[in-house]
Amino acid sequence: MAFDFSLDHFALFALPRRFALDKGGLEAAYRDLQVLYHPDRAAALADADKRLAMQAATRVNEAFQVLKSPLGRARYLLQLAGVDTQEETNTSMPVDFLMQQMAWREQVAETRAAGDVSALEALAQTLQGETRQLELALADCLDVQKDHAGGALLVRKLRFLEKLEQEIGDAIEVLLD
Amino acid sequence: MAYSDKVIDHYENPRNVGSFEKGDDSVGTGMVGAPACGDVMKLQIKVSDTGVIEDAKFKTYGCGSAIASSSLITEWVKGKTLDEAMAIKNTQIAEELALPPVKIHCSILAEDAIKAAVADYKAKHEG
Repeated sequence: MAFDFSLDHFALFALPRRFALDKGGLEAAYRDLQVLYHPDRAAALADADKRLAMQAATRVNEAFQVLKSPLGRARYLLQLAGVDTQEETNTSMPVDFLMQQMAWREQVAETRAAGDVSALEALAQTLQGETRQLELALADCLDVQKDHAGGALLVRKLRFLEKLEQEIGDAIEVLLD
Repeated sequence: MAYSDKVIDHYENPRNVGSFEKGDDSVGTGMVGAPACGDVMKLQIKVSDTGVIEDAKFKTYGCGSAIASSSLITEWVKGKTLDEAMAIKNTQIAEELALPPVKIHCSILAEDAIKAAVADYKAKHEG
């Protein structure tokens, strides 16, 4: 039983360190490692190796969760580059972005109060489109321009959208209940 | 998590909700947002010729603590000079509202919002 805990998440799955992702490649590498360190397989091993296999399996799962999410992947790439995304501390976003966020939140509150599920679903669709645009911008920013500050701003924007999408999802769930 | 009575009071009876005309020369507008929780806050001040904040309005989308923090700070800045308003610290807001550690960022948002509003007003009146 051997596992190199010093590998970063990309190296663990033998993937290039970049935002653009070979999703199939990640999933295949993940499955291979899952099998390798599966508890059933480790059951016959000595206690020390059992523990090691469990730690390795946990690490593989964590790495997979981080890399498969665009937000997690971007944040991790920036972290590897020593850049703090400042999601907890930086409150100064571009004004037009914040105006749009406020308008969308107003819309959610109004459509929710009106019980208009289809309007909420339409808004969710709009946000998915926006999210996709931000992900494309992230690929350009991180992989091509190597612009860390720009990448960190895009991560913060994506975080806003993720939160809003959750809220819309919750509102739809409540209305459909 | 339980909110303090002061947070609930501001949340249920928020002071100074609304907005001023953005283009008005006597108005400074600050917009800030907290990525981690998705809160968005707009805070506006109306400043007299003598540089005193006569009135303040806010509009906040966020949790109870974010709404209470912005409501409280609009009350506090009224009658203050721009410099006095700039001196308000988030820790004072957090203390007044008895915010728990996980909600401290809401008070930081309010402090950043008033600073942005003052900066906007000053930018309008430079040269």
